[in-house]
This record gives sequence, C-alpha cells and structure tokens, in this order.
Amino acid sequence: MGRISTWDWEIGEKIVVKSLSPLQDHGWQEEPHVSPDGETLAAVVNLAAMEFSVRTNDSVWDVTYERIWYPRFSPDGRMTAIGQQDGESALLVDAEQMGETYEYAWETKFSDDGSTIAIMMKNEGLYGVALNGTPWENLFENANNYVLSSDGKHSSAIVQTVSMGQAEIEVFAKGIHSLAVDGNAFPGKYLNLWTPVFDSEFKRVAAQARVSMLDYTITVDDKPWSTVYGQVWEPIFHPLGEYVAAPVRDKGKWGVASDGAPLWEPRYAQCTQLQFSPKGDRLWAIVAPAYGKFTVACNNIPWSTLSPAVTDIVLNPEGDRAGVIMSNNNRDFKIVVDDKAWEGTWDMVWPVAFAPKGLNVAAVVEKNGKQQVLMNGKPFGREFDRIWEPVFNEDGTKVMIRAIENNSYVRIVANVTS
Amino acid sequence: MSHISDRIISDPGLELGVANLTTERIEEVVNQALKGETGAKLKAYQETCMRCGLCAQGCHFYVSHDGDPSYSPVSKATESIYELMEKKGRVSPKRIYEMAQIAYTECNLCKRCAHYCPVGIDTGYSMLVMRRICHLLGVVPQYILDTGNSHATTMNQMWVKDDEWIDTLQWQEDEARDEFSNIRIPLDKEGADIYYSVIAPEPKFRTQLIYQAAAIFHEAGVDWTMPSTPGWDNSDMSMYIGDFENMGRLKRSHYESAQKLRVKRIVMGECGHAYRSVYDMGNRWLGYRDMPIPVIHSVEYFWELLTEGKIKIPKKFEHPVTIHDPCNIIRGMGLMDKLRDVTHMICENVVEMTPNREHNYCCSAGGGVINCGPPFRGTRVKGNKAKADQLRNTGVSHVVCPCHNCHGGLEDIIDHYELGMHPKFLGDIIYEIMEKTDAL
Amino acid sequence: MHELYNFVSGPLAWVAGAFFVLGSIYRLVSMYILAKRKDGSSLEYMSLHYSLRSIIRWLIPFSTMGWKADPLMTVTTFAFHICFIAVAVFLSGHVVVWNTAFGFDMWSLPTQAGDIISFVVIAACAIFALRRFMLPHVKNVTKPKDWFALTLVVLPFLTGVLAYHQMGPSLLMTTLHILSGELLLALIPFTRLSHALFTVFTRAYMGSEFGAVRHTRDW
Repeated sequence: MGRISTWDWEIGEKIVVKSLSPLQDHGWQEEPHVSPDGETLAAVVNLAAMEFSVRTNDSVWDVTYERIWYPRFSPDGRMTAIGQQDGESALLVDAEQMGETYEYAWETKFSDDGSTIAIMMKNEGLYGVALNGTPWENLFENANNYVLSSDGKHSSAIVQTVSMGQAEIEVFAKGIHSLAVDGNAFPGKYLNLWTPVFDSEFKRVAAQARVSMLDYTITVDDKPWSTVYGQVWEPIFHPLGEYVAAPVRDKGKWGVASDGAPLWEPRYAQCTQLQFSPKGDRLWAIVAPAYGKFTVACNNIPWSTLSPAVTDIVLNPEGDRAGVIMSNNNRDFKIVVDDKAWEGTWDMVWPVAFAPKGLNVAAVVEKNGKQQVLMNGKPFGREFDRIWEPVFNEDGTKVMIRAIENNSYVRIVANVTS
Repeated sequence: MSHISDRIISDPGLELGVANLTTERIEEVVNQALKGETGAKLKAYQETCMRCGLCAQGCHFYVSHDGDPSYSPVSKATESIYELMEKKGRVSPKRIYEMAQIAYTECNLCKRCAHYCPVGIDTGYSMLVMRRICHLLGVVPQYILDTGNSHATTMNQMWVKDDEWIDTLQWQEDEARDEFSNIRIPLDKEGADIYYSVIAPEPKFRTQLIYQAAAIFHEAGVDWTMPSTPGWDNSDMSMYIGDFENMGRLKRSHYESAQKLRVKRIVMGECGHAYRSVYDMGNRWLGYRDMPIPVIHSVEYFWELLTEGKIKIPKKFEHPVTIHDPCNIIRGMGLMDKLRDVTHMICENVVEMTPNREHNYCCSAGGGVINCGPPFRGTRVKGNKAKADQLRNTGVSHVVCPCHNCHGGLEDIIDHYELGMHPKFLGDIIYEIMEKTDAL
Repeated sequence: MHELYNFVSGPLAWVAGAFFVLGSIYRLVSMYILAKRKDGSSLEYMSLHYSLRSIIRWLIPFSTMGWKADPLMTVTTFAFHICFIAVAVFLSGHVVVWNTAFGFDMWSLPTQAGDIISFVVIAACAIFALRRFMLPHVKNVTKPKDWFALTLVVLPFLTGVLAYHQMGPSLLMTTLHILSGELLLALIPFTRLSHALFTVFTRAYMGSEFGAVRHTRDW
C-alpha cells in the first residue's frame, strides 16, 4: 500500500465496489472494513454452514475456515482476521496464515507503520502475546491488558505469576500479578495491575498498580511510586521522558500526580485520558470541574464548555489544539474543538481528525441514520449511509472520504477548500 | 429475642480480617471514614431516627423471624453504624465481626424499610456505609471478597478470562446455528443500535441465557452487538463490598466499552443489582449525574419489542405464574408496570403476590448476600420465610423473576420450604413461546 | 420565689428562645455546609416536586406503609404532634406571652380545649413510653437519649396541667412549667428532638431520590 504520499490523491470520486450485496450465493456478509488508503473494502463472508472467508472488493479469499472473525486492516493496508478451524485459532494476513496455530487467539494490534501485527494467544492453557507470529518465550496462567509499542518491537501485558485456588483471598492479597515485557515478568507482585504503557523510546513501562487491598499507585519498571492513593487511572510518560503522570484520587477529588508528587492538586470530580503534546509542554485531560459537569483541561485550566459526558479527546500534531466529543449522556452529540462547540447536535459523532499540517479538522456526524463529514464545523460534501474517518493528505490540503452510498463503496478525494 | 452474638457464623474472610485488627486501628479507620467519606446524610439519619420501630415491619428478616427485634432495620443500624458513630469507633474487633455479619448478611440493602420510615431514613444507605467501613477494615466475607478480586482482575465477577468470554459467545452462536442457520452474535459491531451486556454467571454457568437473548434479538431483527473485550460484564459486587474504588473502575470500563463502539444504548440482561450499579451508584462515584450512556433493562427492552410487534407470541405461556418484583429494578427504577405488561403479554394466567410492586419482599439473595457464599445460605433462606409464604399463597407453579440474584435466592427458598415452583426469566418464556419465523 | 419566677419568665425565656433560634440556625447551616461539602452526589438530586409529594403524602395518616404498620402509633403520633403545636403556640396563656414579648395578637384556643389537648399530649407521651417498655422492637433500640427526649417533652405539659388545675404550689408549678418549657425549647436543636429541624430535609431527600431517580414511591 505504501506511505500516505504514494496514495491516489487525485481529486475525484471513484466507485471501488459497485455492489455491497453478498457475492455469489454467500449465506451472509458481515460488517465491512476499509483499508487506510481507501482502495479496499473487506468483510467476513459466510459461504456455507461452518465455512467462512473474507471478501476484498469483488473477490474472495481462496481459504475458508469454520469461523473467521475480528477482521481488521493493518495501517500498511494488509487485511487481517482470526480464523478458527478444528478448535485452533490462526492469525490470517492477506489470506495467509501468520505463524503457528494457537489453542485460542484474539485481539490483534498493530504498530504505527503496520509492520508488526500482535495478537493475544493461549497455548496449553497458558497465555501470552505473539508478534508477527512469534509467541513470547514464556507464557503465563493468565495475561490481559496487553499493549504493543508503537514501533512494534515490544509488547507488555499484566500476567498472573502466582497460582491461586478458588476463593483464596489470602493468596490474592499478597499479590499474584506481575508486569511482563516481551514475555519476561518483572519480579514484583501486585494485587492488580492495569494498562501498561511504554515511554517514547520504548525502554520503560508504567502501569496502574494496586499494592494492597486499599492502596493504588503507579509502578514504573516495577518500581512503585512511594505515594499511594485511593485510586489511580492510566499513567503516561512525559514525551521527553522527564516523568510519569497519572490521574490520582485523594480525599475524594481527582488531580494529576507526577512521579508521586502532585502536579495538579486534586480538585476535580473526575480526571481521565491524559495526553501530552509532543514537546511535553501541554498536558491535556478530560476533567469534571463539578459533579456531573465534564470538559477538557489543558495544563489544569478547564475549558468553559461543560457537558454531562465527554469522550475521545484528540490533539492536533503540535498538541496545542484539541477536539472532543460532548453529549447529553450519549444523546444530542456535539463536536467541540478548542472550547468551541460546532453548530448542530447529532445522534452520533466520531472523534475528530486534525490535518497533519494547517488548521483543518474534520469529523463524521450522524443524524437520522445519515452520515456526513463536518470540516471546521461546516457540512462538507453530501450525506452518506456510512463514512469512515476522513483522512488528510500530508500537507492537509486534501481529504479522502471513504463512504457507503446506495449500496456502493465510494472513495472520494476533495480539496479541503472546495 | 436474640442478639447477633448468638448467631455468629464462621467465615474465613471475616475471621482473617478481624484477626488483623486492633482497637486502635478500628478507631483510626472508622473515624477517618466517618469524617472523610460521610456527611450530613448519615449524620441526619442517625440523629433524626426516633427509634419508633415502624421500620421493623418493612424487613423480611424481621417478619420471617417472627418479630425478633434484633432483625429490625433500626436495630441493625443501631447495632452497627450508629454504634460506631456514637462510640467514635471505640469498639472491639469481635464487635466488628458482628457488625460485618449484620451488614453483609442480614441486610439486603433492599430499601423496603424506606416505605415505613416516617422521617425518611434510608437504612439501606447506612448499612452500605457500614459495609464500606468493613471493607476499609479488611473484614469482608470470603466469597464476596473473592468476587471483588475477580472484578478487579478481569472486570467480571467470575474470573472469566478474556478468551473464555469470546469463546463462549462463539460456542453459543454455533449452537444457535443449529436452530437458526444464519444467526449471529455480532462482536464489536460499531454503531449498532444496542450493546447487550450480561453478568459473568451467564458465560460461566447459564450460557443458555446468551443463546436465548441471541435468538430473541435475531427474531426481532435487532441491530445489536457485544464487545469482545472486557467491560461486557455489568455486574458489580465491589459496590456491595463497599469497595467503591473498584466499583468505579468497573463502571468506567463498562460505559467506555459501549462508548467506544458508538452504540446508541446498552441493553442489560435480566439482572437487578447491576442496574443499581450503572444508574445509581457507579455513575455517581465517577462524577456522572446520570448514566453517561443509557442503559435499558431487559424488562424495558422486551416491552419495546413486544409492543412494537417485533416479537410475536402465537400462544401464551399456559402455566399460571406469579411475578417476583426484583428490588433494584422496581423499588430502584420503577419498572413494575412494564414488568406486568410484559408478563401479561406472554402469560395466560398471572396471579399477583401480596404485597407486590414496590412493596414486594426482597428475595433475600440481593445486596450481595448470596455472593457471601455457602456459610450464609441459611441466614438468607431462614430470613425469608416471608417470601416463601408469599409464594405459597399464590398457588402457582412458575415465578417470573427478571433478576439473576433473585433467581438464586428464590431457588433456594423454593427448595428449603419445598414449594415445588420454578423461577423463570422473561427471556426463558419469550424464547420458548415466541414465533420463530427463521428457525430451521 | 418571685425573683426566680421573674428571672425564669423574663431573661431566661429570652435566653432559651435564643438558644432555640440560634441553635437551630447553627445546626441547619452547619448541616447544609456539611452536605454541600460531602454529599454533593445527593444534593444534586433534590427536587421540589418530589420533596413536596413525599412530605404531603406522609402528612396524611394511614396513607403510607409506615402509617399502616402500627395504627396506635399512627394515631398517637399525629395526635401528639398536632396537639403539641396547638398547645405550644395557641394556648391562651402562651398567646398572652407572644403578645407581651413580640406585640402581636393572635387567635387562641378556648381554655377548656387547651386543657383537653394538653391531656392528649400527656396521654400520647404515655403511649410512647409504653411502647418503649412493652414492644420488643422498640425497647430493643431505646437508648437513654430517647427517654431524655421524651421526658423533656412531657415535663412542660405535666407541670402546665398541674399549674392550670392549681395542684401543688401555684407559683412553683408555674415556674417549673416555664422552666421545663424553656429547657425543651433550648434543647430541641441539640437532642433527638432535632428531628423537628431535620425531618423536612430527610423526608424531602428521600422523596427526591425515590421520585426523581428511582421513579417510584417512598411510601
């Protein structure tokens, strides 16, 4: 598929798949997925009882499995899915099996460039992660919360390193979980660990840790902060590696701590989804300045637009702008960018996409079953039945819209200014 | 009349917890909790309560124990949280054991007594504060604590591992394809109308409930999905332990897994306490005034499907049924009319219990009591003779009961009092009698 | 004795009144501040509509589960509270006091009626006491505080009736009556009797939670 610059950015519209109706005599066809460059649409298809394959545009893979599920395009445009046959699972990539089969496999993840495909796997009752078909050397009684580094070279998960019988609360209280990186568990035992995260150089890993029945903190490379809290949420590394920050709850209020010291004094009813700008000079979060009233805060300064529910904070490439989804509890959705609500309320909206350069920002919105792109708050182009996330070209002057209209899959490239 | 000290039940969780306590530790923790976490509400309740005893009649434990005063709500509060407040936490570890046993096993937090208190005291709330303090003291019955540990580790209550969840759904899908050739349990379907959430006992023990739900949705042509990642379990024993931190963590994972899939709303299986967790307690701890995404109970959803004619009932269920009103969706959410509408739409012969609707007696399994495990089975079964009498007086063979905990509780009561009745989920009956236009 | 009477009916009355008013304000304000600080997730749900729905419903005898549970208690408690307020506010002797102290004139109970009503209050208190002795579920939770509150309430009525019927030394009885009345007034904010201040709020909150959040009745 190649880099984004090599994609077809010629202004115009092409029908990639004329009819999305099942091909031939297929039993049924599942939800379509589209490739990042918009040139391919794929869906799991049922050929006959216990016989599944994958349709890509107007052809079908020449392999079948008893079940095929979790179809996902990798960022480099390969079509992946999980196939099951005779009680075994296999990672399928462009109709080829990648690596061995597993007793069970699920949840594929990709490196940023798509060169690494990771998957959770189980063999002989033991759990781990496989990268490009190669499982961890050590497998564990259980593993979850797995992550893949964005360069695709490392993976981490929470693993169970101490066996525990039924309802053995004493064993649990001493700690049965460890942080594992690339299949190697750190020695530290915790009651619970959640959401490991890598630093920007993929050398360190931090996670939420429960160090006693009541105490929570952040552990960084298996070294817990000296301060404990009533509760913590997902930590993140400062992009220049200066410190680790995480939302922490103290005396019933949420704030942000860095390496165990207060960064934002606790004063919020909620604080989640921390994100740094690439230089690390701005720290963003979703916060609730008052009970039931949520918004976005940058460097501890909340926006003035408040809403009962806020999700999906997205930063521009410089990290000095943000777009977010606000809703009246999943109804009357609004897109809010830089503390300004775009006009209109919607039945559903998708996270905003910032252009890699320039000021343009787009989002997909839905009303009465019809979807539309909003560009900088204004309707852009016509309505479709389904639209995937708009993709900008490298200089941010063009946008690609991948959409379904009249049972056809269309790929449109337009000037943002048009 | 008896006293809690006469009926102490051995439980490893309580014993272990108490063994680690000193009076100093108790005093410290209790005062920290009272000062740090409770406010005017608890204080006003403790002061305003005139000890008039009217709440006694509200409690099935009191009624079932022939008016033993130690089971009245006011007595249970007086012997536990109110005593801690009055003595400023200066009580012995042994006393904490008694208080924990009262709070975790002799009160279902059903709030029925609220209908009896003239001054508006919420004893269910006070007892939950007591549980919270027990949690902070580390004195929690073994089985419910283990359930809490499971919640924290797997985000579900039965230690169901990530793959086991998906595997079970796929297995049920395969099974169902023997009946409906093109049925699906659509995983991670972005933008679906509904996200169906269940509690972990469904994939663990009661897989047929997932099968039935899939069959009903398939027949009704519903655009639905289930997530393949954690967050799918709506249940919440952490809430009943008093471990509000993990309650918040669970609810966050539940809401976010649905928000991520951009669904319009969550429909939850026939469970009671999960509803309390999503609309009343978990959301509040997270700072949400209401649910950040609408969660609809199965009773409401079935009501929609039936009234919109999406499911057709050619012939109603013939056996006479009675309706058990689960506290958390009736007294907790006001679904009594919809529950009756649905039951009458699918059953020929409905005999009401007395009392019923929001005045119905709890099943005595609720509030996490059944999750405290086998040691306390007798407590809840003997503590609910009232329910057995209610059931027996209806003279019917089947009990409509849209809640998992109630099912467990009623089964035990029916067994113990030899009532020979059968609890039924609405889904059981609907699946059995609905028109299956697409079946092979 | 006269000096004592003068003191009790003069300065001490103002002191008692001040205790009641300032004490009540203090209790209510501090409770509100505490609620603001700690019960934000509860205060948020207060609803005037459902508060009133609940309060009004519970002001009607036998219209709630609680009021049906123990009819004697229901009759007694309604009789007690109505008669208590009637006597405390509208008894002719008291109306004279309001007039002298605050200068406003108001309707007063016929003397005979006031007397009967006072007896009703005493009888109600006797029933309350009997309940605390006789009914296991009440006895079980009765604490010295409860007896103290009941004694505080009944004393002014007992002494009042004795004074009115001129049993015992009249001046002494009257002094004791005023004194016990003042004690009652002054201690309302600081004893079990503080339910007089807080019930409207606990009731309103329960009504709001049940009505606005749970969509059901709290009776």
